[in-house]
Amino acid sequence: MDKSAENYIIDDQDAGLFRVNRRAFTDPECLHEERRRVFDKCWIYVGHESEVPHASDYRSRNVAGRPMILARGDDSVVRVLLNTCTHRGSLVCRQKSGNARTFQCPYHAWTYNSRGQLVGVPGEDSYSDAFKRDEMGLASPPQVDNYRGFIFACFDPAAQSLYDYLAGAREYLDLVADQSELGMKIVAGQQSYSARANWKLLVENSYDGYHGLPTHQRYFSFLNDIGIDFKNSNLTAPARQQAVDLGNGHAVVEYQSAWGRPIAHWVAPFGEHRKEHFEQLRRRFDERFGPERARRICETSRNLGIFPNLVINDIMAITVRTFYPVSPDYMEVNAWALAPADESAEDSALRLDNFLTFLGPGGFATPDDVEMLESCQRGFANREVGWSDISRGMKREHPSITDELQMRAFWRRWNQLMTEPQLRRARKAA
Amino acid sequence: MSTTELPSRNEVEDLLYKEAALLDEWRLDEWLELLTEDAVYEVPPTDVPEGDSRNTLFIIADDAVRIRSRVKQLLGKAAWSENPRSRTRRMIANVRVVAAVGENILVTANFAVHRMRYESVDTYIGHYDYKLVRKGNDLKIRERRAILDNEALRPHGKISFIL
Repeated sequence: MDKSAENYIIDDQDAGLFRVNRRAFTDPECLHEERRRVFDKCWIYVGHESEVPHASDYRSRNVAGRPMILARGDDSVVRVLLNTCTHRGSLVCRQKSGNARTFQCPYHAWTYNSRGQLVGVPGEDSYSDAFKRDEMGLASPPQVDNYRGFIFACFDPAAQSLYDYLAGAREYLDLVADQSELGMKIVAGQQSYSARANWKLLVENSYDGYHGLPTHQRYFSFLNDIGIDFKNSNLTAPARQQAVDLGNGHAVVEYQSAWGRPIAHWVAPFGEHRKEHFEQLRRRFDERFGPERARRICETSRNLGIFPNLVINDIMAITVRTFYPVSPDYMEVNAWALAPADESAEDSALRLDNFLTFLGPGGFATPDDVEMLESCQRGFANREVGWSDISRGMKREHPSITDELQMRAFWRRWNQLMTEPQLRRARKAA
Repeated sequence: MSTTELPSRNEVEDLLYKEAALLDEWRLDEWLELLTEDAVYEVPPTDVPEGDSRNTLFIIADDAVRIRSRVKQLLGKAAWSENPRSRTRRMIANVRVVAAVGENILVTANFAVHRMRYESVDTYIGHYDYKLVRKGNDLKIRERRAILDNEALRPHGKISFIL
């Protein structure tokens, strides 16, 4: 087996061994390459259209390390604007969110409308004829597109369309988006946190079925305490679960879960008084989609990783989570709750309750995940142990959700992007 | 008009300082005794500090069942984010007895909670909004809301202890 320290991965399908060079988690040069080869080439999640529901609504946020504005223009078109004045660079939007007809740069008062067009330049007569105001609007990423409300941007003008890029992940986004007839919405409140760990550790963790029982035993003991018997949930029964490589580095695990789901999967701790209501919701899904798809939407949980840095976990609630590396050993994480736009106040409160039992930086699970990622990162200081093993289930015909197929799907795509020769040549030529 | 008599600031400070000591010393079972049976413990998201946990995604929104479960978990061995435990040190200041509403006594106080772990020091800064009630001779905590001034849990990453 070639263990050349030059390689990022060892993918020995005959032997059934898959290894990741820990340099991928620690090397600043690797992060430098990731920014160009991964984050500047792939479609990156920016936000959800429900976050700017009305004309002239905006939200400013960092996406792929850049300050951006998710803005719905006065023409109701949702745009992604790069938050830098085309004059001398200042942020033109310095509020987190709001509703504004214009963005005025505070430095020299250049003014842009809600569509990003430059509409005001004080003392414009001092510029030559070569200065064209209509060329000086706020810039946008070369490609911006929306799939069922999820808005992505791509910095590679030659990249394939978002639709093609999402590949098999569309089916799973549909299972989430179909949960409401009026569309889904991001709930108020952003969980803004971090981990002292490499960002790819969070990719692996977000759909890792193997870690569930050991890392999260406190969560399962909580479920027991409130009357849910997780031992009967059959987490590993093959008929009820699957791990799928969705193409382009995306992957998912889908399984029957012990916990209740606020979308029409009732469990006793939700209360007898809600049982009939949940059955009604479920009947509506049966009508809309037929019993098989309705069962899948309502009863199965799914942890979906969209390459490179978007996670949508539709589990005891739905979290949308994105993250970006600041340094090889530190990432920033933003997470939100996604819910049916037409959900009743009572159902919404139940959903948020269910969310917080497990998810988020104060939940009964996520803090332990962060702890494990940080623990791995500290362990990587032992450079003598150069490789991590991601071989689990590799020779199995139908890998289970507690195997590591989903991670291998990520790493193969990542490795392909990181080692593609064209870019290296282009850089040398430059 | 409420007929509830406001406690002295001294009495309230005694309660809050005792609470801080119990939490810093991980005497969490004793801390539970300071709470009412229906107590609530909340940490709003940093971007919606005035939010309502019924329609806003909080960081923590524990009802009495979850508070007790949280304590049980933290005193057990499997809460990996607190095993080994953090050291914490709380500075409670600017205590104000604000008003009485029905039987609830509204109190605010500023906090700086330092967490030391793996040789990092993370500081949580903000203020508490308390609802206290008088039970016999004692004041009990019916609601405690820790409202962070930190704009994000960065680099803290988590709230794994009781803030």
